[in-house]
Amino acid sequence: MTTRSLQKPPIRSHGVQRAQRSRRRVGDNLSGWLFVAPASVLILGLSFFPAVWSFILSLQDWNGFSEPEYVGVDNYSALLTDEDFAAAVMHTGVYTALFVPMSVLAGLFLAVALNRKIRFIGLYRTAIFVPFVASAAATGILSTYLFNPQFGLVNNVLRVLGLPAQGWLEDQTQAMFVIALMSLWGQAAFTTVIYLAALQDVSGELLEASRLDGANPWQSFWNVVWPSLRPVTIFVTIWQTIGAIQLFDLVYTTTRGGPLDATKTIVYYLWEQAFRRLDFGYGSAVAYALFALTLVITIGVVLYSRRRGQDAF
Amino acid sequence: MTTVDSPPSVNVAEQKTITPVTRSRAPRRRRMSGWHFVLAPIALLFLLPFIQMFMASVSPAKELVSYPPPFIPSRIDFTGFIALFQNTDIMLWLLNSTIVSVTAIASHLVFCSLAGYGFARLTFRGRNFGIFAILGTIMIPTQLLMIPTYVLFSRLGLVDGLGAAIVPWLATAFGVFLMRQFFMSLPRELEEAGRIDGATRWQIFIRIILPLAKPALATLAIFTLLGSWNDLVWPLIAINNDNAFTLQLGIANFQGTRRTQWSLLMAANVVATMPLILFFLFAQKQFIQTMTMTGLRG
Repeated sequence: MTTRSLQKPPIRSHGVQRAQRSRRRVGDNLSGWLFVAPASVLILGLSFFPAVWSFILSLQDWNGFSEPEYVGVDNYSALLTDEDFAAAVMHTGVYTALFVPMSVLAGLFLAVALNRKIRFIGLYRTAIFVPFVASAAATGILSTYLFNPQFGLVNNVLRVLGLPAQGWLEDQTQAMFVIALMSLWGQAAFTTVIYLAALQDVSGELLEASRLDGANPWQSFWNVVWPSLRPVTIFVTIWQTIGAIQLFDLVYTTTRGGPLDATKTIVYYLWEQAFRRLDFGYGSAVAYALFALTLVITIGVVLYSRRRGQDAF
Repeated sequence: MTTVDSPPSVNVAEQKTITPVTRSRAPRRRRMSGWHFVLAPIALLFLLPFIQMFMASVSPAKELVSYPPPFIPSRIDFTGFIALFQNTDIMLWLLNSTIVSVTAIASHLVFCSLAGYGFARLTFRGRNFGIFAILGTIMIPTQLLMIPTYVLFSRLGLVDGLGAAIVPWLATAFGVFLMRQFFMSLPRELEEAGRIDGATRWQIFIRIILPLAKPALATLAIFTLLGSWNDLVWPLIAINNDNAFTLQLGIANFQGTRRTQWSLLMAANVVATMPLILFFLFAQKQFIQTMTMTGLRG
């Protein structure tokens, strides 16, 4: 903050200088605040204020209309014994366990595959990246169509191959898998792009050296490329995990939590509690539980990677 | 499989310096890489849902529910599109979504570049606190904010119109962060030169800095377009009025009301995804840049 005043040599008497400097500082402050104020007010006003309010709500019993009633930690203790919530956590866990490894591995594989100058490579990239722009609503409709048990393309392919037709989104045990697969379709582009960017930073000299030492491409990959991708892998894993435990959209646009609640995730449960049953207090408690889970996972992964000697950030 | 194309650029460069005859390059290039056998099927697999979507949108309704379904429609039939535009409010939703996205992009470009510049280059009291606070909000999951924000917006009367969908998209922490990163990368000499010429901060920003920020602004615009156009959960919660439905909200509701009208559903899907697909094809580089930047915010 003082760097600018140091640049100007003192030529006037101290009093004048001080007055000028303080006036300039007021001017600096004012123009600085004018630049940052609109965005800051919007962003901070729409996050810190609701975050605090949400915590207060989580200690209340309130449906949005009646007088809110303070209930202490009742919502949280109810959460601990709520079987539906436990089921939602389980379903979210299943989705995360399916989606995160798939998306990280797919991103790594596709990035390595796309990281070369061959003919049509632009075409391949475009084809793999373009699903990224498909919305959850559109992806939902596509999923229900492609995986339709009666006339969907997927079952038709199975029929041609002589395999039995599956229930997919209408089957309790398969629905989450279909959702994970369609998420992957839309989001593979993201992990691929991140890995592609990281691959550009892999030392060409090291690769060349390993090639000269007689390493085959497979060995070069595991001994040179993979170690330098570790930090990115940790980052992508955290990022995708945070996204996965917040799954809502695609469930809403495909199964709406069904069949038999098999795809009801934490955020879907939150949405139902808050905006279907108008239980704002309980919904807020679910939201804070989700927040805590996110923090625990993030800190956990970071600590684990630190102990293994890999800094993600 | 991989030996065929192990860094070809290096070899080509070497050959060039040793033997200036370029003819030897030609046969090398012609040889087909084994990766085509991997990439082509994958690319097709990724395109397949879109291909199905376009085919189904112009298929006769009967064929879509016949068994076994034909992969290619026997004839082109626009009844799905006709029904979509005649029997649903899709034009209204398109208009609403356009209003939301255009407002979001315009306001992002103005507010986030201003704040980004302020946080990157101006010195004022509370600057570091401001940066810290705004970056801190990225850690807060949106789910935590949904309930109070909904209550707040309904008290302000925003939930009866498009306002509820627009306000959260006026400025985002990511937008400010993105612009700040960009402005910090510019050399300070640019501003020094402007200051020596007697330009004010505002003039320096508008005339010198902003014209240089076009790539960053393009990234910001695409990020905002993708986010605001495709947003579903927030409009679902916050829009209580049928006349203020966004496109995503409208077609998500089709799932309940028009479950079996596949040609109409697919036509709606085409209408909803085509704008972004076309944008993507024209500005692929900027989209990829946006994705990379989104990932780097962590």
